[in-house]
Amino acid sequence: MILRSLECRFLTIALCDAAEPWQLGSQDAATPMMQGIIDLHHDIFFFLILILVFVSRMLVRALWHFNEQTNPIPQRIVHGTTIEIIRTIFPSVILLFIAIPSFALLYSMDGVLVDPAITIKAIGHQWYRTYEYSDYNSSDEQSLTFDSYTIPEDDPELGQSRLLEVDNRVVVPAKTHLRMIVTPADVPHSWAVPSSGVKCDAVPGRSNLTSISVQREGVYYGQCSEICGTNHAFTPIVVEAVTLKDYADWVSNQLILQTN
Amino acid sequence: MAEIEIKTAPADFRFPTTNQTRHCFTRYIEYHRCVNAKGEATADCEKFAKYYRSLCPAEWVEKWNEQRENGTFAGPL
Repeated sequence: MILRSLECRFLTIALCDAAEPWQLGSQDAATPMMQGIIDLHHDIFFFLILILVFVSRMLVRALWHFNEQTNPIPQRIVHGTTIEIIRTIFPSVILLFIAIPSFALLYSMDGVLVDPAITIKAIGHQWYRTYEYSDYNSSDEQSLTFDSYTIPEDDPELGQSRLLEVDNRVVVPAKTHLRMIVTPADVPHSWAVPSSGVKCDAVPGRSNLTSISVQREGVYYGQCSEICGTNHAFTPIVVEAVTLKDYADWVSNQLILQTN
Repeated sequence: MAEIEIKTAPADFRFPTTNQTRHCFTRYIEYHRCVNAKGEATADCEKFAKYYRSLCPAEWVEKWNEQRENGTFAGPL
């Protein structure tokens, strides 16, 4: 288990694209969005460590010096204008250093007005997902549609992850701008794939948009991230990123299969 | 092997938010207004049809189609 986690960290071939036992860090980024999120986390963590050290020192020092033996008569400090000004301005500056990259990332993630190449609809159900590829229809009834159920806990093949695999994967082309339309058929769900940095709520009566641009081919795992009932934990998401040519072949084959 | 065109509904400046419900609804209405104005025979409206099919869940379209047939559709056709 520990060795496998180490493999995730050091082998360049085996990237961490699925949840691991005892995992502490993020999964490896597959999109610029997730890379930005990870970088922001590191930036904020730097300030967080500084603040932790500073506050810990003040706390320990206060506890140490508030001692009957070494300081029998405590000081009676009531007010200090200089220290007040310093401790108002300084935290504001720190917040500024945190807020600027945070806002920059937040607005760059909002890729709503970029024309996408492909639209995929993820429709949440209790407790599975339906995916629709409707760019290739010539009528309302010809959608490339399939359901995506979890593979039961006692039914995985060798090498498959427990509670993360599905019977039909979402296939997307790599290095292409995708539009994900997320909506539920019953109760609220959330379509989340950590490697892609995507978490999009499925709100009944509403279709929400999120953008993905997967940069490397591979298989990425996610899970429902909005409590949706008894089997909320058994509603995984698997996204497979392939080359554009393979994607076109897959779509063609699927359309042929659905025609028959 | 069927030819697949990698093309979908474009982004619309009228709907810049995450919520794309009205984008879907508006594309659907645009298509049916176009059909009402130009007739079924023309291919001019096919563009709008592709747009709403890409954006709208099939379940919604089915429901709206049924409402249109019953004359209870709420949109301004």
